[in-house]
Amino acid sequence: MSIDIVNVTKRFKTFTALDNVSLRIPGGQLVALLGPSGSGKTTLLRIIAGLDWPDGGEVRFDGQDALARSVRERNVGFVFQHYALFRHMSVFENVAFGLRVRKGADKLPDAAIREKVNQLLSLVQIDWLADRYPAQLSGGQRQRVALARALAISPRILLLDEPFGALDAKVRKELRRWLRNLHEELPVTSVLVTHDQEEALELADTVVVMGKGRIEQVGSPQEVYDTPATAFVHDFIGESLSLPARVADGALYVGARRTALDTQGLGEGPARLLARPHDVDFAEPGTAPVAGRVLAVRTFGPTTRADIVLPGTNGDVVVEAAVPVGARLAVGSEVGLVPRRYRVFPAA
Amino acid sequence: MTLAADALRTTTHPAAHALASEGLNTHAGALPARRPGPTNSEPKAVRIAIITVALLFLGLFIALPLISVFYEAFKRGWLAYVAALVEPDALAAIRLTLLVAGISVVANVTFGLVAAWAIAKFEFPGKSLLITLIDLPFSVSPVVAGLVYVLLFGSQGLFAAYLQAWDIKIIFALPGIVLATLFVTFPFVARELIPLMQEQGTAEEEAAASLGASGLSIFFRVTLPNVKWALLYGVLLCNARAMGEFGAVSVVSGHIRGLTNTMPLHIEILYNEYQFVASFAVASLLALLALVTLIAKTLLEARLVEDAQ
Amino acid sequence: MVTAAIPRPLRRPRSVIPGFGITLGLTLTWLSVIVLLPLSALFIKTSEITLERFIAIVTSTRTLHALQVSFGLSLAAACVNLVFGVIVVWALVRYDFPFRRVVDAIIDIPFALPTAVAGIALTSLYAENGWVGSLLAPLGIKVAFTELGILVALIFIGLPFVVRTVQPVLADLDAELEEASASLGASRGQTVWRVVLPSVIPALLTGFALAFARAVGEYGSVIFIAGNLPGQTEIAPLLIVIRLEEFRYADATAIATVMLLASFVLLLVINRLQRWSETRSART
Repeated sequence: MSIDIVNVTKRFKTFTALDNVSLRIPGGQLVALLGPSGSGKTTLLRIIAGLDWPDGGEVRFDGQDALARSVRERNVGFVFQHYALFRHMSVFENVAFGLRVRKGADKLPDAAIREKVNQLLSLVQIDWLADRYPAQLSGGQRQRVALARALAISPRILLLDEPFGALDAKVRKELRRWLRNLHEELPVTSVLVTHDQEEALELADTVVVMGKGRIEQVGSPQEVYDTPATAFVHDFIGESLSLPARVADGALYVGARRTALDTQGLGEGPARLLARPHDVDFAEPGTAPVAGRVLAVRTFGPTTRADIVLPGTNGDVVVEAAVPVGARLAVGSEVGLVPRRYRVFPAA
Repeated sequence: MTLAADALRTTTHPAAHALASEGLNTHAGALPARRPGPTNSEPKAVRIAIITVALLFLGLFIALPLISVFYEAFKRGWLAYVAALVEPDALAAIRLTLLVAGISVVANVTFGLVAAWAIAKFEFPGKSLLITLIDLPFSVSPVVAGLVYVLLFGSQGLFAAYLQAWDIKIIFALPGIVLATLFVTFPFVARELIPLMQEQGTAEEEAAASLGASGLSIFFRVTLPNVKWALLYGVLLCNARAMGEFGAVSVVSGHIRGLTNTMPLHIEILYNEYQFVASFAVASLLALLALVTLIAKTLLEARLVEDAQ
Repeated sequence: MVTAAIPRPLRRPRSVIPGFGITLGLTLTWLSVIVLLPLSALFIKTSEITLERFIAIVTSTRTLHALQVSFGLSLAAACVNLVFGVIVVWALVRYDFPFRRVVDAIIDIPFALPTAVAGIALTSLYAENGWVGSLLAPLGIKVAFTELGILVALIFIGLPFVVRTVQPVLADLDAELEEASASLGASRGQTVWRVVLPSVIPALLTGFALAFARAVGEYGSVIFIAGNLPGQTEIAPLLIVIRLEEFRYADATAIATVMLLASFVLLLVINRLQRWSETRSART
């Protein structure tokens, strides 16, 4: 089932959570809404679910108006950030809930409910916990119950709000891989909200990067990482080496120095040069477009990082650069930096 | 040297997120256990002195009065005790008290659940004022609570003409006693439910709605089971107060023996007639009720902690 | 620049949880019928009294004295409860002793015991031939049927307010605060005086105000032990009842209005104190 979001706006008092957002989510995909807190991603998810209503705009499921239907009628599976498990019900009853509250013709006989719940519990690999209560489960187990409960109503869309946010790093990684496999098995359109870029890039078919109530970029994980559309996306995803710069008479200046770097079509004015640390080479200070003094060198594991002080437009700046394996940098020495791949954006 | 390092180094290291969320996890844990060590305690002599003073004070002002109720009730033996309780006026008072308490509990449970639902599950302006108004009867003197109903429904009251025309008797009759009791017990159930339901939030109700549950289904299958212990707690306190209310009921009852005398009023009449044993015998029933209430309350408090988690 | 899209008003539910209108409506109706309407009757009846008459009633010697007895002794009882309440809380929270849980449970007896029962029990205890009264009589101390008797009853009903307000705050107080204080060289007394007490002062004042407010309006437990001599041991709530029995409605109404206004002021003060207490005890 595809989801269309058209010009959706949502305000909370004076705060604009969503500012005229439009997005198309094709059927069967696993899409991640990625952004810092306050970017509006959870609000968007709750609007898709029918837990919140927008102040303006449209939401369509397969072309049909979804806003006309309440959350009860939308048939979406929602996995809550803190799971919202019913604390007074066993795991089994939690998963069975959506089937038990059905009325009339949709009502399943008890045996069918039991079969379906057991199926789901083994799908999420917690069938042995059926009689436990939520308080007796670990975080990862609660997460699986929440997912099984959402899947029990055979949802047309699965919505997950920071599904791994409350778990520790190791369990999170494990569950992430498992959710990806599950999505292959049950190709239901899924939307996942996360502030964790690694999670979004690893899991999703499509990543939607959000900032301050707007969509900054929509693309495959590769695209948003390699060709960020805005400085915000460059900063937010992956590591960035950022230099204050300026475009003047068709050339890019870093500090007071005129460089031979491409302005990438940017007009006159203050700019920012952004590059991935591993896309920046070290060179002789005299020949490189940017030069500075090594302030500190740190090694952890296979990577070595160096803090380098550069003369900027308004005083010195410190950047962190990746030191290639085998290269030696002495603290206090002058080095040149040559960005191999970089992006130039107007300074905010 | 101006270091614009922090502003510019926009690296988001995954480990930082892991650390941050772990930090949150430990923070959400239980309160640190009290560690009575030598650092945080007083010399033994001071400790013993404080405990002794506390126990003497509690013994003198709280334990002794309770014990004396039973002592005075059984002063003339079992027979006198039982005789005081099976006397017709006493039985009538017991019946009336049970009836009034029953009505108050049912009314307050209904009101408490309805009010807590509106207050805890929705946002609206004037909410804190509403909570204050619900608590208001706690701070009104019981005598004033009784008086206001006399001013409304009494022979000189605002509605006196209508009541006379329709031949309805409220003051010096059951309705007045019920109304006065409702007034003084008004906040009991609601104030147990409101904070708990506010703390529990709306996530479980939203989850139930997303799974297709109707409004009533959500209430009976999700919300009510989550607050059942707090509800029972409120019922216990409400019942104890309803059965024991004296001041408000005394003003509206008219003290008609066998008709409008509740147990506390019956106790007063017997006491003023110097029938001390009979008076204390009836009082001992209410004291027993208080003890049962306290024990049940203590047992329930453990459950309440579970509910709130 | 944000282009302000004019929001299209949508007729959608404000929340996914149903029942807001009906539950709020029922709440307001019931509140009005049981509490607000009756209380407003008091003000309507008061407005029928002329101002001179009102002032004459309220400033009559008997009324003034009754108010003085109620407020004065309530204040005294709250002070006693403040001191002994802290001692009781300290013993319950910080020390272990036999039957601590039982002792903790009986604190609530004044909440649960009907006031009339408490009244006759205290009277029989403190009367000259009672268990306690007979011990005090040789010393020339009379309790029952004097101001002291009223004080005893008001201490009884007020104690749990102080204890139950301060207890959770002291129990939740971070042990590290005291350890930090000790590590900085403070003596135990200094730690208690300068670190622990200031942390519980908002709760203490709240408990004090609650105990005071309850005592001012108290009727049942007092009238048995008080003696009820006009101008000496007559409390304000009793005077209201007496005026009512004499069918002097204006007098009863005027005194009740003064009492009710006092309750409102106290409620306001208590609300403020509670908010202060909450912000103070909030963990940082």
